[in-house]
Amino acid sequence: MFAAKFGRNALLGLAALAVTTAAGGAQAFEPTKPIDFVIMAGKGGGADKMARLMQSIVEKEGLSSRPLVPTNKPGGTGAEALVHMNSANDPNHTIMVTLNSFFTTPLRQPGLKVDILKFAPVGRMAEDTFLLWVHKDTGITTFEQFLAEAKKRGKKWVMGGTGKNSEDNIITDHLNNAYGLKIKYIPYKGGGAVAKDLAGQQITSSVNNPSEALGFYEAGSVIPLVAFTDERLPMFPDVPTLKEKGGNFSYFMQRAVVGAPGMSKDALAYYTALFTKVYNSKAWQTYKSKKSLMGDFLAGAPLKSYWGVQRERHTKILKASGAIK
Amino acid sequence: MDILVSLADGMLQALQPFNLGLAFLGVVVGLFVGAMPGLGSVNGVAILLPFTFVIQDISGSATSPMIFLAAIYYGAMYGGAISSITLGIPGASTAVATTFDGRPLALAGKADKALVTAAIASFIGGTVANLLFTGFAPALASIALDFGNPEVFALMLLAFATFVGLGGDDIPKTIFSICFGLVLATVGFDIISGEPRLIFFEITGFSHGIRFLVLAIGVYGIGEMLWTINAAKDNTAMTETKMSPKTILREIRAFPAAWKGTAIGSTLGFFVGILPAAGATPGSLMAYGVAKMVSRRPERFGKGEVDGVAAPESANNAASTGAMLPMMTLGIPGSPTTAVLLAGMVIWGLQPGPLLFTEQPDFVWPLIGSFYISNVIALVVNLAFIPVFLWMLRMPFTILAPLIFVLSIVGTYAAYQNMFDVWLMVLFGLGAYLLRVLDYPLAPAVLAVVLGPIAEPKLRQSLLLSDGDFSIFFTRPIAGPITVIAIILILLPLAKLLWSKARR
Amino acid sequence: MRRAEIVTAVLLGLLSIYLMWKSGEGPSWDPDSVRFANIGMIEGEGPGSGFWPFWLSLIMLISCLWTGFNWWRGKTPPSQSDQPYLSQHAKRMLLRVGGSLIVFLALIHVIGVYGAMVVFFVYYLRFLGHHSIPRTVAIAVAVPVFSFFFFDVAMRIVLPKGYLEPLFIPLYDIFL
Repeated sequence: MFAAKFGRNALLGLAALAVTTAAGGAQAFEPTKPIDFVIMAGKGGGADKMARLMQSIVEKEGLSSRPLVPTNKPGGTGAEALVHMNSANDPNHTIMVTLNSFFTTPLRQPGLKVDILKFAPVGRMAEDTFLLWVHKDTGITTFEQFLAEAKKRGKKWVMGGTGKNSEDNIITDHLNNAYGLKIKYIPYKGGGAVAKDLAGQQITSSVNNPSEALGFYEAGSVIPLVAFTDERLPMFPDVPTLKEKGGNFSYFMQRAVVGAPGMSKDALAYYTALFTKVYNSKAWQTYKSKKSLMGDFLAGAPLKSYWGVQRERHTKILKASGAIK
Repeated sequence: MDILVSLADGMLQALQPFNLGLAFLGVVVGLFVGAMPGLGSVNGVAILLPFTFVIQDISGSATSPMIFLAAIYYGAMYGGAISSITLGIPGASTAVATTFDGRPLALAGKADKALVTAAIASFIGGTVANLLFTGFAPALASIALDFGNPEVFALMLLAFATFVGLGGDDIPKTIFSICFGLVLATVGFDIISGEPRLIFFEITGFSHGIRFLVLAIGVYGIGEMLWTINAAKDNTAMTETKMSPKTILREIRAFPAAWKGTAIGSTLGFFVGILPAAGATPGSLMAYGVAKMVSRRPERFGKGEVDGVAAPESANNAASTGAMLPMMTLGIPGSPTTAVLLAGMVIWGLQPGPLLFTEQPDFVWPLIGSFYISNVIALVVNLAFIPVFLWMLRMPFTILAPLIFVLSIVGTYAAYQNMFDVWLMVLFGLGAYLLRVLDYPLAPAVLAVVLGPIAEPKLRQSLLLSDGDFSIFFTRPIAGPITVIAIILILLPLAKLLWSKARR
Repeated sequence: MRRAEIVTAVLLGLLSIYLMWKSGEGPSWDPDSVRFANIGMIEGEGPGSGFWPFWLSLIMLISCLWTGFNWWRGKTPPSQSDQPYLSQHAKRMLLRVGGSLIVFLALIHVIGVYGAMVVFFVYYLRFLGHHSIPRTVAIAVAVPVFSFFFFDVAMRIVLPKGYLEPLFIPLYDIFL
């Protein structure tokens, strides 16, 4: 809700400013060796796909004099990646693609001693969106019908999602709390498996990203009921937002690139300039609109304050659901 | 007939010089990546993904890059058998079962027989799977959708059941090994509770879990090597394999002896492969187990039986084709490699899913056509390279051994890119050697580390679904029969044991 | 071998007990969680996070006791054998080969994979294998060079370089 609004309006100008200054100072630093490009998730997931797309764009357009070398570090929902970044021996050649576990994992595992505000804000490439999906055979076509049916079935209404205390879990908890439902949440390893189990009616609903559910949506086996965004998504113009339905909730997944703590100013400026070019490339923009991603490019101080706000928000959410104390 | 026309059309496309060249290049790259311990198809495909953009720019279609990556995938499946047989190290989890009989054959001086059998079985497995794929892809996709959590767990139970007899003669040590592997499989992050667990001494290196390759390369690359060095004592070559085109031709002619294993592997592998989450590894293990069960001389398994090489090799190739099916028709990966292929398809602007076959026939049919062609290329290339691999075996042992050690260490690093896993691998290796001296069988632990991470979450997801009620595994139409068969297979050896004791 | 059999069984039994203890651990963020609260069935949810490792570790412990029982009865080959657990030859081999692997790994942290590889090959080929100096040098140089082109250049897997990193910067300039 407020975080996303904040990001969209107030910071837009600042972000543009940061980008221009960053681009101006880019000559000062050039990578001298392959760049360690850490992915906070396993191979084949949403974050991995994006990271490999970014790498491909850099490679194809010849944007960097040294290659980005992707390394997947999915351990402990990103704990392994965060620790790797924190102890990087060469922070100027270590960057990482993040998702929202960037906020939640340090909160859930305080023993890691990771302060995300110490990471270098290279650039936010997009914000992924969430929708509520059901199988078409349920006959449900509106959010109201969903509420009625889910209330009737109680614990027999099953939501599948990626991971425990993750983005999908947070949204499910919100639905349960705000509408007095008793939806049962089943954690899966990846969004693809969730989408498949919804299509096979092994579960009754999901809150997949559009990119995960698109195939089954286009085939007509699953339908979206409501979007957890601030405005309707261009790709799903007939799907109302939860806000239109009277709810005060929106939720996004950040898709950002961060630098290791201790990265020099010049290096940060170089990477911000690099990823600005990636962001503006045709391939990235096409991907963004095709997969119904939102969010503008954000870097530097505005990105940092966005992290601060997100961390606040996730602390509240996790406390409320009893996932931290 | 429509299918045949489309297929012929697709094959013609795939036979265009550019695509044919890509398939050839992909197979060769895959063969070498797969033969390298530690690196498997997933590495090859992931690493070459960015270059496919260039290919797409040249050819102007998404088919050419996909042909290239699929060829790497196939090549790697063939290649995995090479390190399993010649070095005794399974290069990837899909090739573990190949070591069981491939290695004894190589040690007995019949490495050529094992390699030829593996190559031909792989080819038949791949081709049978292609035929099934071509004919029934959309229909089979719906079977995959019917496999929910309880069904996958039942299938894992069945996989366990088929290799229950693989251990040694010492029953408590075999049980120890299986359970140890299953416990190691839970180290790291628990997706159901969202908590880290069994993080020994709070070392973050354990947070990503004990990877299969860390244990497998440790046990086979270090542990078994130390054992062999000690047993060899002198600087003799590993085996006395002689090579000539004639012996290879002879082995090709002798291949029909392995028809049974190949038939089992081809069909079983394909059907397990199409089930998401299962993938080629359980497929090859089950094929091995079943081949042993139906064999007329099961006692020869594990000592160098050609059926024991043919079954897992045909199965892992059939399964890798099978795994393409849910990837293309449902948009869900059945294995880590197909996950990367899927990412590639998305990046090239395709939408994998139920509509792919109807909306993108220009992509689908040339790709399927290329599956057939890549298989032929892989067979030919593989057979052509066999003398090279045999030559490796004839190196003096004091050269081969340090090479294998270096390969094991660099391969483990390359697979996961951190030193912690490399240390763990060597420590496992030293431990494995010390246990091996006391007759502890270690293969069950290695297999358990592969299947455990699939089985445990599926068990718990199923029970979440049923409010903790175990009857979910018996009452569902697909899960029920599989569970019952699995339990019978697990109890059968026990019943046999009691029966023989009672008679005495 | 007879003594080694029981010592190993006891050690593995202790390992099983440690694993059982560790399985019962609660989440790190919650200081109030009770040990072993997670090893049973949670009402309406099925097994807790410690269920699978805890009970399997218990089976490990039981199988160690079983091994101990077999040892007492003298049923298994190792428990009947009078041979030493590790022969003189095996001990020397473990020290020379196993020890060199440990040194190899330690060296990777200092002089990187490629430097450590050279040292390891020279040691193994020249001192354990008694190969000629030309052959030793050829292999000790050829394998790292091939590996560099295979891993770093072709596969884009950057192997650790340790303190030798500066030496590789010119190579990156040319090949990457």
